[in-house]
Amino acid sequence: MAEPLRTRAPWPLRIYVRLAWTWCRALAQYPASLVLLTVFVSLGALAEMGAVVIVFGHAGELAGFGVAEGLLVYGLSATAFGCADMLMGSVERLGQHIRTGAFDTMLIRPVPPLVLLATDQFTPRRLGKIVPAAAVLVLALVRCDIDWTPARALMLPVLLVSSIALCCAVWTASACIQFVATDARQAANSLTYGGQALTEYPLAVYGREVVRSATFVLPLAFVSWQPALFLLGRPDPTGLPDALRLAPPVAALLMCAVAALCWRAGLRRYRSTGS
Amino acid sequence: MRVHRAVFARGLRRHSAYRVATLSGLLTNSVFGVINAMVLLALFAARPEINGYDARDAVTQVFVAQALLAVVAVMGPPLDLEERIRDGAVATDLLRPVPLQSWWLADDLGRAVYQLVFRAVPTFAVGALVFDLRLPDDPLRWVAVLTSFALAAVVAFGLRYLYALAGFWLTDTRGVWAVAGLLGPVAAGALLPLTLFPPAVADVLRLLPWASMVQVPAEVLLGKESLPGGTAAGGPALQVLWAAALLALGALVTSRATRRVVVQGG
Repeated sequence: MAEPLRTRAPWPLRIYVRLAWTWCRALAQYPASLVLLTVFVSLGALAEMGAVVIVFGHAGELAGFGVAEGLLVYGLSATAFGCADMLMGSVERLGQHIRTGAFDTMLIRPVPPLVLLATDQFTPRRLGKIVPAAAVLVLALVRCDIDWTPARALMLPVLLVSSIALCCAVWTASACIQFVATDARQAANSLTYGGQALTEYPLAVYGREVVRSATFVLPLAFVSWQPALFLLGRPDPTGLPDALRLAPPVAALLMCAVAALCWRAGLRRYRSTGS
Repeated sequence: MRVHRAVFARGLRRHSAYRVATLSGLLTNSVFGVINAMVLLALFAARPEINGYDARDAVTQVFVAQALLAVVAVMGPPLDLEERIRDGAVATDLLRPVPLQSWWLADDLGRAVYQLVFRAVPTFAVGALVFDLRLPDDPLRWVAVLTSFALAAVVAFGLRYLYALAGFWLTDTRGVWAVAGLLGPVAAGALLPLTLFPPAVADVLRLLPWASMVQVPAEVLLGKESLPGGTAAGGPALQVLWAAALLALGALVTSRATRRVVVQGG
């Protein structure tokens, strides 16, 4: 019997959605608690946004970026990291799963272990981070002086998807440190939440060296900085070529490849903790 | 007292077992310190003075905040007591001939001292190496700073103990931490120095207990006149008041809570 010719989403993606949905249904058993927690999470996101507004309010302009442009950078970064946190954030508990032996259970299930790990305790509560961030992004896109050419309008979704993929890759790659050092969860946070903190402000604020290393070593510049330069149509104040702003999809693909390599390498050298 | 000393020592030793965790926490604190400091340096390059703070003051406070984050645990972890209330093991704690609050205070101070020596001091040293921090010359001021850091740990315990006791009524305290873990760092002055907030907001936040965890110790170190009474002694005085008030409230709530506990036999 031939396989029915239907286009279906690839298997890991389908199982991801199904497992995530299972967790959502479990959490929906306590709707009041879920709603309240989501509201609280969004309060935290608003506090971060408040910090950006306060800093730009005092400075007026940083690296040639005013409040509206600053919020555009913040919105891009917070949306990307918020989505990545919801989709892949659970991987940061890898060390805990290894220590308790729960990771061994994941390995014997007929589902890719990365999918099981990423959907473990999946929670729609993280929408509390994404919704305010996306709202700020939309507001900033309206308020900023953007020349909406068809190219810009078409690139916007590409840029967003690339930066989300890039952030997911950062999350996964940094979680792999825990294959080597089980207790090093916080070290991963310096890359994930640290990366978010770094990209929340126009990168030129940190000076040339940081911009260079965030472009060529750990490509965080493609999360919010290069997309913002592209949308605003500005030259790079640190003198890097303009062509780089079209590179976010390339950077995302490269980072995903690195993350996949880290994950495979980590999985290969994993020897359980015994029982 | 001997029991408390023993509990304190065990708390200290237990946390010293996780060396990799300490190192990776130190890395995270340093990375965040450097990022926050660079943002504030850019801000102060645009405006040299804001509400009595200059660039050096702000960068120093950034590293005081990063150094104290692990000591005061303003973003967590919660006290182990929380899990014990949830799963019922607190019944064992209540059987002990030692008050619940002072037992956990001793345990948590053990943790705080470990974090002060192995997280706070190295984090601050990284800051002092990378940036030009404002450090007092007067040895008396250093005594005030250390006192203020110690009091910050006590105030922090007072708050976290109350969060934990909420578990007697709520069972699950994740909601409490969802609020406290996010708004605590803002009110403490760890996200941004409170000095940068609109003055009316800053004046209110300064008086709340959260400010005693980062903002007040930072101002004691910087010798700011915005402390209560306008002197470096005003900071620790405010912290003592909050520590006493929170511990008293903790004791009161403990007695209320334990009257509600029903331990299933067996």
